[in-house]
Amino acid sequence: MTAIEPLATQHSWFEAGARQRVAALVDPGSFVEFIGPEQRETSPHLGLFDLPVEFDDGILVGAARMAGEPILVAAQEGRFMGGAFGEVHGAKLTGLLRAAALLKRDVLIAFDTGGVRLQEANAGELAIAELMRVVIAARSEGVRVIGLIGGRAGCYGGGSLIAGCCSLLIISEQGRLSVSGPEVIETNKGVEEFDSRDRAFIWRTMGGKHRYLIGGTDMFVTDDLEAFRIAALDALGQPTSFGAASMTAEQQRLEDRLARLGACHDGLDVWATLGVEAPKAVPELPTQAFLAIANPVRETADDAR
Amino acid sequence: METLRFELDASKPAGGTRKLALVGVVASGNLEVLLERAAPADRCIIEVSTAARGFKPLWDAVVADFVTRRAAGGLHISINDGGARPDTVSLRLAQGVRLIEENEA
Repeated sequence: MTAIEPLATQHSWFEAGARQRVAALVDPGSFVEFIGPEQRETSPHLGLFDLPVEFDDGILVGAARMAGEPILVAAQEGRFMGGAFGEVHGAKLTGLLRAAALLKRDVLIAFDTGGVRLQEANAGELAIAELMRVVIAARSEGVRVIGLIGGRAGCYGGGSLIAGCCSLLIISEQGRLSVSGPEVIETNKGVEEFDSRDRAFIWRTMGGKHRYLIGGTDMFVTDDLEAFRIAALDALGQPTSFGAASMTAEQQRLEDRLARLGACHDGLDVWATLGVEAPKAVPELPTQAFLAIANPVRETADDAR
Repeated sequence: METLRFELDASKPAGGTRKLALVGVVASGNLEVLLERAAPADRCIIEVSTAARGFKPLWDAVVADFVTRRAAGGLHISINDGGARPDTVSLRLAQGVRLIEENEA
């Protein structure tokens, strides 16, 4: 045999690429890619900066089946340009969500993004705005838009705004979800506000366990392809509703959260306030032990966040 | 960016029936390789777009080694390179040939 390890021995969602994640999520052989790499719809901007393009512009979108049911699926490649949104990248996801609204078909989005691609920032920002609009439009048609977060780039910037519009989010411990990333906060507010080299602090502030505890995400899973697949199947079976009543309730919940937790300086304070008895032990806990502690005290995410 | 094009004799035709295969990702020290069946059965066409200028002699050696050792006949291979080392390029080319030979899942 050659020196290539069989892919079957790799199980980590964090380590997997976008194509491996899609292959692991959907029914075998069911994925049909839209605007695949052979069509070479690459970024029209990166060449100006003498930067290499990628044939799929860092995202794959398509149709597939899960447990026999038709779904739409997208996955960002966090290793290409940090999974950032450019013009083509954003347009592919926008088109998929428009199709979801028309077909009334649920969508899975595997986020892995630092936000907007700086080299095509205007196009990227416009894409984020369009995407928030189409996520809401799809949800208004009763479509589930389910986000999966556990990649190496996390889910930051405009990506976090889109995640915030999703009907349900699944996160792993490795997942990070925040509007501004650690280095952005440190650059703007100083190291006293946020030390971007303090990795434990980063995870206490924007990591998967923290987000799950404060109701920022709905499901917490082990960093494993199969765990994400099972959670996505579960999520596809959950009831979904979207309208003024749920948005009003969510607004109230966020106001209550701010009143209750706004004075906390660290994730540890937040967890203690929520009622976690030994907050310092939380980062070390394996999935099941964490869920046993978290589920009785965590804030429950409503329809939006 | 520098673009390079190679047209090589390839005695061994690529196996399998997949239309295309994609391996790797464009990142620092990495590359993506897109393989398509779009060349005469005894030829292999390789097109490279690379961020690292001035390495044509190395590419010459890597692609010559590739068509000698692997069943690359009939393949049109397109590469976006983020400055990968020659051993990484060889590995990705080998992975690509393996993948296009596999049966569709």
